[in-house]
Amino acid sequence: MADINGDNIITVTRLVKKFGDFTAVDDISFEVKKGEIFAFLGPNGAGKSTTIKMLTTLLRPTDGKIVMNGYDPAHQRDGVRKSLGIVFQDPSLDEDLTAFENMQFHAICYGVSGSLRSSRIEELLEFVELWERKNDLVKTFSGGMKRRLEIARGLLHHPKILFLDEPTLGLDPQTRNHMWSYVKDINQKEGMTVFFTTHYMEEADRVAERIAVIDHGKIIATGTGKELKERTNKENLEDAFLALTGHKIREEEASSLDRMRRMGKMWRGRR
Amino acid sequence: MNVIYIMWLRQLKKYFRSKSRIVGSLGQPLLFLLAFGFGFGSIFRKAGEGNYMQFLAPGIILMSVLFTAIFSGIDLIWDRQFGFLKETMVAPVSRFQIMLGKTLGGATVATIQGVIVFILTLIVGFRPQEVLLLPFAAVVVILVAVIFTSLGIGLASTMEDMQGFQLIMNFLVMPIFFLSGALFPLQGLPGAMDIIASLDPLSYGVDGLRYAFIGSGSVFGIATDMTVLIFLALLLLFIGSKLFERIQA
Repeated sequence: MADINGDNIITVTRLVKKFGDFTAVDDISFEVKKGEIFAFLGPNGAGKSTTIKMLTTLLRPTDGKIVMNGYDPAHQRDGVRKSLGIVFQDPSLDEDLTAFENMQFHAICYGVSGSLRSSRIEELLEFVELWERKNDLVKTFSGGMKRRLEIARGLLHHPKILFLDEPTLGLDPQTRNHMWSYVKDINQKEGMTVFFTTHYMEEADRVAERIAVIDHGKIIATGTGKELKERTNKENLEDAFLALTGHKIREEEASSLDRMRRMGKMWRGRR
Repeated sequence: MNVIYIMWLRQLKKYFRSKSRIVGSLGQPLLFLLAFGFGFGSIFRKAGEGNYMQFLAPGIILMSVLFTAIFSGIDLIWDRQFGFLKETMVAPVSRFQIMLGKTLGGATVATIQGVIVFILTLIVGFRPQEVLLLPFAAVVVILVAVIFTSLGIGLASTMEDMQGFQLIMNFLVMPIFFLSGALFPLQGLPGAMDIIASLDPLSYGVDGLRYAFIGSGSVFGIATDMTVLIFLALLLLFIGSKLFERIQA
């Protein structure tokens, strides 16, 4: 599918999402270039997750247009889904299956078949250093190992765009560095576009080629890390971010899902 | 290998890996068989209804099929909580395939559970009379498994947490079991009970299975049993998949 804008792989035009009277995403537009590492930043409740859900076909926009790798998420879901590798903010592995089985499940869902399947699974598990543990149940893995497995899984079908929603949350600096050097490596080798969110500003500044800041449902700034710092006259991106979005702490209510997850942990612990 | 198959396989793997769940789920049928089977046996005989264990066993087999099948719904809620559901929701496959694989997996597990309880009933003294009708018994068990797995998954699709499901256990699943004729004969019930029992899908399963084992004594007639079960299996599969397609991850 040809993209009208040539080298933009993501084009968002006047995107709006309303929940009843509440406007979560308020008329935003931005582009991400093919092969770019793009950071999408914003305080909690700014509309970040809602935007990502719309980009990844999980939510339908109220208004506006999205083009992802030439496809429209509202109408050509499978086209978009095949183009995407997603690492969610919350874990999304099946803990009762082994690392290998999780990879296998993903490969089948994305139509990676035959010998290609086994060779890619091996290659990726080797890369994230989990090949030796491939037959262990995921519930025996540490947080870092699970994260690595999710990244390997997200790359399995060679996506055009990799979505990373707070991928380094709770990871130690070693794992974090390892992860980014790997992601950057594929980004350079395969020209894979990377779209990520994070609350670590220093990380965004170091990794991202371009940054967009969203607050109260609107994009309030885009540019390179350097540009954002210059515009706000600040030394580092964290200060620039605070200058843009203010110091007020955002309250986010725990969803019923968070509460359930807590209960689930207790329940599991007892089993 | 396709999506339906891998979904199905996943359900089976999870089942066989939770040994504690398999063993635990046998406690209840065993208790029912012992307490009711032997406890009410003599009263049942005195009332001229014959051997109660012969009467009860099909009901208890389907009880465990019912509970295991509905449990697939709880599985779905866990998947949602532990995030795995999202992984399947963003995959480039139709939700119908996911739901179908999950339902067939859950129904297979429930059927296996039914077979295990069947063996249990043989141990405590149940004796099927018609060996030739055993394949027919298997069909009844599979249909009941599909019906209640679809129901469980359909209902679980509409709820985010476990509290709601608890309510369903108490106000839907328990009545379905107790009012189905699994424990008592459906002949000669007071009018209201009679109507309720004939509206209960499990009644037809129990009736059909009893016929398959004993070779006689069907209340509704075996053709009615089968028609109702097949119709409900297709209907609930359809409704379940519609509800599943509406899930917002």
